[in-house]
Amino acid sequence: MADISSPTGAETLKTADGRPLKAALAIAERTARRRAFLLVFPLLLFILVTFILPIGQMLMRSVSDPRFIEHVDLGTGEVTPIMVGLRGWFDENPPGTEPDEAAYAALAADLAHLREIRAQGNVGTRINYIAPGSRSLFTKSARRAARLEAPYKEALLDLDEDWADPELWQAMRSASTRYTADFYLAAIDRERDSDGAIQRVEDERAIYLLLFERTLILSIVITLATMVLGFPVAFLLATLPLRYSNVLMIFVLLPFWTSLLVRTTSWIVLLQSQGVVNDLAVSIGLLADENRLQMIYNQTGTIIAMTHILLPFMILPLYSVMRPIDGSYVRAARSLGATSWTAFRRIYLPLTIPGIAAGSLLVFILAVGYYITPALVGGSSGQLISNLVAFHMQKSLNWSLAAALAGLLLGGILILYWLYDRLVGIDNLKLG
Amino acid sequence: MKLTLTLSTALVAVAGSVMANDLTVMSWGGAYGKSQIEAYNKPFAEKTGKDIAMVDADNPATPIKAQVEAGNVTIDVADVEYSDAIRLCDEGLLEEIDVSSLPAAPDGTPAEDDFIGGALTDCAVANIVWSTVYAYNTETVEGSPDTMADFFDLEAFPGKRGLRKSAKANLEMALIADGVPAAEVYDMLETDEGVDRAFAKLDTIKDSVVWWEAGAQPPQLLADGEVAMSTAYNGRIFNAAVGEGQPFEIVWDGQIMDFDLFVIPKGAPNKDLALEYISFATDTQRLADQAKWISYGPARVSSGPLVGLYQDGKTEMAPHMPTAEANLENALVNNFEFWADRDTELNERFNAWLAN
Repeated sequence: MADISSPTGAETLKTADGRPLKAALAIAERTARRRAFLLVFPLLLFILVTFILPIGQMLMRSVSDPRFIEHVDLGTGEVTPIMVGLRGWFDENPPGTEPDEAAYAALAADLAHLREIRAQGNVGTRINYIAPGSRSLFTKSARRAARLEAPYKEALLDLDEDWADPELWQAMRSASTRYTADFYLAAIDRERDSDGAIQRVEDERAIYLLLFERTLILSIVITLATMVLGFPVAFLLATLPLRYSNVLMIFVLLPFWTSLLVRTTSWIVLLQSQGVVNDLAVSIGLLADENRLQMIYNQTGTIIAMTHILLPFMILPLYSVMRPIDGSYVRAARSLGATSWTAFRRIYLPLTIPGIAAGSLLVFILAVGYYITPALVGGSSGQLISNLVAFHMQKSLNWSLAAALAGLLLGGILILYWLYDRLVGIDNLKLG
Repeated sequence: MKLTLTLSTALVAVAGSVMANDLTVMSWGGAYGKSQIEAYNKPFAEKTGKDIAMVDADNPATPIKAQVEAGNVTIDVADVEYSDAIRLCDEGLLEEIDVSSLPAAPDGTPAEDDFIGGALTDCAVANIVWSTVYAYNTETVEGSPDTMADFFDLEAFPGKRGLRKSAKANLEMALIADGVPAAEVYDMLETDEGVDRAFAKLDTIKDSVVWWEAGAQPPQLLADGEVAMSTAYNGRIFNAAVGEGQPFEIVWDGQIMDFDLFVIPKGAPNKDLALEYISFATDTQRLADQAKWISYGPARVSSGPLVGLYQDGKTEMAPHMPTAEANLENALVNNFEFWADRDTELNERFNAWLAN
């Protein structure tokens, strides 16, 4: 290290070995910075690889599903452009043009090509997302495409008259651009009609906006519930003598260490209509046997189970803020004539705001993305948007729509976070 | 600290040994998974000396796409439903399986002719015929429901109903209950009015439904008294009723038959052994053995005569099979092409219907 305490020159400060102090300091600082960087580098790399890259990739997918444009052979990784002829026709003719013989000829040639490289399933699946029921149209027609003869329009319509459907042609046109906002449209219950204009989907298919709204409302309810339930517990923990509060703390942490699945299934055992709570209520005559309460497989179940599971995330930040609050503040307020309510409201509560803020933010963000508990106890009315993301990831395999839904969720949370920063101030956050 | 170290080392060792299995098979767990372990896995392990890991899933078709696209395939063989096999194969997510590599029947009939029609596709080999039926708990239901319409009749047979949380099978059953003959069900579902009609019928019981996802749930829900009746995979009910003595009765009216097929995800780590496993497991004797453990019908004609008694040694299996003459009266064969096409659309609508 450079020795600053022994200046050798009057004008420029020098180190013991004669170098200018400023330069030596800069070098020392640079080394320290580099060392610090090397220390955090593994974490940075980890976050980059496991967090930033996948999220970027996911957002990329939400605007692009090029399965109508190119075929990737999963075995060799080879990429082949497909539907070239038809895409050429789309480029030359504006939307809404009645497909002519040239369009059908291009389609027939492209279908024959699909058959050769076995890509008809992928193309069919891609179009099926927009025009349901068209998957087998592609697989079936591709199988016979090589044998088709001019005039192609007649030949294809002979094969299946669905080829004349204007919605199908609109679907193929929209799938032939590499980047599309269609998945985001679908994620807010919108679709394009056969002219390409945006319209709302029919009522019986509209679901996402409803679920976004429900997710938001349930998350707020759960956050408030954890706050109301957690505040007194945290207060008790913070004010009891240490040996008692430590025991109590174990009760708070024990469920925290128990498997999520175990906790969720225990709620099923407790709350189901033949479960412990209902049995108890019936046996002491509180409920008639035929009026058992439905407390699980619905919104109530989701709220109860998630409130319990997320409770420690509220209690712990509250506790860490309450512990150092000096009891003499409240006593001073009381001695100056404040009622206990006024002392609490004007003195104690404001001091705990950072804890409340941190707990609420944690619980809310966790609740918005919660998946497993609503899946198990939510039944039909307690499903959240994350369950639909899972549905599209695992069952329908429409990853682009799943990504668009997740992208909207991410955007929504960032907006809420920004609002929070404006209203409460992120500096007021105290996690422990 | 030392303890933690020992523990974590042990954990790593266990994890390592799990990874070191020679073959990983993913199936549906529960009584069905057990039947496959007993009839296929144990004898295969004995014959080849290889370790087989059995992994359970609510639906083994779901992880395949993610694994193949990520280039990180951990399962060698998966047991999937027909429409999923077709869809995954079309999307290039499965290895093709050469039919001629499958063993012939003992009398020399080549595999191609020995399997029931439709049981072999480019990428998949069927092992069983199973069906979705509904069953009731005789202790909680008064009277004896015997038609699909009874399942939807909350007045004659009060109590909660269990249904699988997906559009497949529910829509068909709703139409059958509404009086549509089995043969016309899929034609009707192709039309918007047909789908509306099915959802309208489901609407009549919507408030009384408990939705299930894993095949092991319906017997549990019935046993707990949580539901009075539930749709279920027929084998699960059989095993609970005959194997565990539960008071369950199956109603075969309006049953929906389907195949379960073995597939190999593209890029499976042990592809050759997977092929060997599939040929072994779907030979005549093994398919017949499987029926000793659960009431699913073998997908080979030549296995039929070899099916005998349940593992308890006294229950004749034949009348409990979905394919038994008496059970076929108003049966429906699942239309895989319809579901491969419409699965996404109808499930989206189903989800919207559920949420509203």
